[in-house]
Amino acid sequence: MTRIFVPIDSTALSLDAEEVAEALAQGLQRKGAQAEIVRNGSRGLFWLEPLVEVETPAGRVGYGPVTPADVPGLLAANFLEGGEHPLRLGLVEEIPYLKRQQRLTFARCGIVDPLSLSDYEAHGGYRGLAKALTLEPAAIVEAVTVSGLRGRGGAGFPTGIKWKTVLGAASDQKYIVCNADEGDSGTFADRLLLEGDPFVLIEGMTIAGVAVGATQGFVYIRSEYPHSFRTFKQAVQIARDEGKLGRRILGSPHDFDIEVRLGAGAYICGEETSLLESLEGKRGVIRFKPPLPALQGLFGKPTVVNNLITLATVPFILSEGAETYRDFGMGRSRGTLPVQLAGNVKYGGLVELAFGVTLDTLINDFGGGTRSGRPLRAVQIGGPLGAYLPVSLLGLPMDYEALAAKRGMLGHGGMVLFDDSVDMARQARFAMEFCALESCGKCTPCRIGSTRGVEVLDRIIAGRDPDKQTALLRDLCEVMTDGSLCALGGLTPLPVLSALEHFPEDFKRPVPAAAE
Amino acid sequence: MGVMPWSAARAAELIEQYRSQAGPCLPILHALQEEFGHVPSEAVPMVAEALNLSRAEVHGVVSFYHEFRRTPPGRHVLKLCRAEACQSVGTDRLAAEVKAHFGIGFHETTADGKLTLEPVFCLGNCACGPAAMLDDRVLGRVDLKKIEQHLARHVAEERKA
Ligand SMILES: Cc1cc2nc3c(=O)[nH]c(=O)nc-3n(C[C@H](O)[C@H](O)[C@H](O)COP(=O)(O)O)c2cc1C
Ligand code: SF4
Ligand code: FES
Repeated sequence: MTRIFVPIDSTALSLDAEEVAEALAQGLQRKGAQAEIVRNGSRGLFWLEPLVEVETPAGRVGYGPVTPADVPGLLAANFLEGGEHPLRLGLVEEIPYLKRQQRLTFARCGIVDPLSLSDYEAHGGYRGLAKALTLEPAAIVEAVTVSGLRGRGGAGFPTGIKWKTVLGAASDQKYIVCNADEGDSGTFADRLLLEGDPFVLIEGMTIAGVAVGATQGFVYIRSEYPHSFRTFKQAVQIARDEGKLGRRILGSPHDFDIEVRLGAGAYICGEETSLLESLEGKRGVIRFKPPLPALQGLFGKPTVVNNLITLATVPFILSEGAETYRDFGMGRSRGTLPVQLAGNVKYGGLVELAFGVTLDTLINDFGGGTRSGRPLRAVQIGGPLGAYLPVSLLGLPMDYEALAAKRGMLGHGGMVLFDDSVDMARQARFAMEFCALESCGKCTPCRIGSTRGVEVLDRIIAGRDPDKQTALLRDLCEVMTDGSLCALGGLTPLPVLSALEHFPEDFKRPVPAAAE
Repeated sequence: MGVMPWSAARAAELIEQYRSQAGPCLPILHALQEEFGHVPSEAVPMVAEALNLSRAEVHGVVSFYHEFRRTPPGRHVLKLCRAEACQSVGTDRLAAEVKAHFGIGFHETTADGKLTLEPVFCLGNCACGPAAMLDDRVLGRVDLKKIEQHLARHVAEERKA
């Protein structure tokens, strides 16, 4: 029977994929056509969503973006055989945006039925865990170390070293915690995987559990992602029913299970210690470090806290080999990075490529520039705590160290484009406002400093005494940088100062004449 | 959004259902909010008792998180993304239009109780902004017209139900 794929990813749904699927089902029934509608994840080519694919002998042929109103025309054009139609995109795998990528972590995303274990296994799933089960725990940790994998949650800490600490800690109970809080604006890689290939996370967490001796995992998903939460919970239940979670997984002596938890709309709960507090049922206030979560984490027990993409990359490393993974990338940034093109971008979506690709290639070759068609003016990389970079820096490569050298930040790999209508003083103000809104309140420079920062920027925007106010703003940023306990207060100066450095003209307003 | 009237017995049931989990506080508060549309003040001492916490502690948790509300929302909730990627495609202008059209600000409900407006910081739909969420449905590339259409549809479904 012909298989048709209609994505069930949040972004596709936000552009009426559900209505398209319904129209298709009705249209097929009316025609008496035999076809199965599979609800896949998204390939992450969002300007084409809803991207409907049809399986043909030549491969999967795509049509998009499809609206419910297009469905009768598609059926009339014989799209079940891959027929001609203005929305026809040809073989999806041949679309340059996709073909030019190096998809390792996202290899299956958008291809498989996210809730079909057999589909997952048919596409290489559970080979990594099978391999891990033949190894000693220390050898699994060693493979992750050799791969060069660094945490994808933002700080870029070597994953193998973190695991080694937890492996070496003696305890009756250890935990694996997956950070799926994904609070940064411009990022959606975690969400895509939760909705498009959830078993890869389950497999990655299980490998982590076997490696460090943890039998229980928690996945903390932000409450802004209700659809991901539902999908992932279903996936966990399916995995449990099929013996992939629970006691003696895959017939081995290892036990491992996963609980899925919902956040409650606090950006700071993406920070690992705050996340642990939240999981324990408390206010998400940052903990002092040390002790490291690796030694005293959830409920005081040794805990691996990793970002979702970090954990989801582990199955590939085990199944294909640490060296294979390490051979991608540049310098100390090894492997691939799922970049997320967002904001005012023509071709927004997910681009997984080896580290080292330039911002220019991503923004202009893949992204096609701005959606508005106006000149690009600024790009913010790494979420609300990341720097705003000007067009003159687009030659920079995606690499932790190269960006840091220009006082930028890679963060979770999100890139947000702004055209020339952007007001950078207002963006700086927003960074301060966001910090004030989301501060956990533990330290004064962050809690009070951010509120003062908003006031100072308001005066700058109003053109009142800009030189003096700008000096004050720099002072304030210094106090926040040096005096904050965590990166929320400590990094908010990054977007603020980068805006000031690269776009000084926006901070020099003419003093309003006879203001009333 | 099927919101039930307050019932102490039902609240006790929900608390009981989750209290044996490790770190049960957030799951309980979510369950209460799902049932009653908010975390009723009557529930706070019940949660405190069940978890062996002070009322102040439970209150502290409820008030820390943006997601928990202490008063009932309107029959529909519209969350508008206000974060950077959506800003770059005009979410501030859209927010002003929505506020003017419905005559409410953020965290407010229309006089007829139909709609509550909330800000949200990123829905993970950042390549197709401005993004919004109406009840549980994410909307991409929204403008006022699209919001009105979807709201009309949600209201019609509500009548049918
Ligand atoms: C304010 C703040 C917010 C953060 N938000 C996230 C987040 O949403 N997701 C994430 O994985 N890490 C986030 N982090 C980083 C985590 O603290 C931590 O470094 C990460 O989860 C570790 O996993 P990794 O080593 O796999 O990157 C945040 C950090 C800070 C300071
Ligand atoms: S910097 Fe801000 S968020 Fe971080 S611990 Fe201090 S008050 Fe809390
Ligand atoms: S910034 Fe609006 S959805 Fe992400």
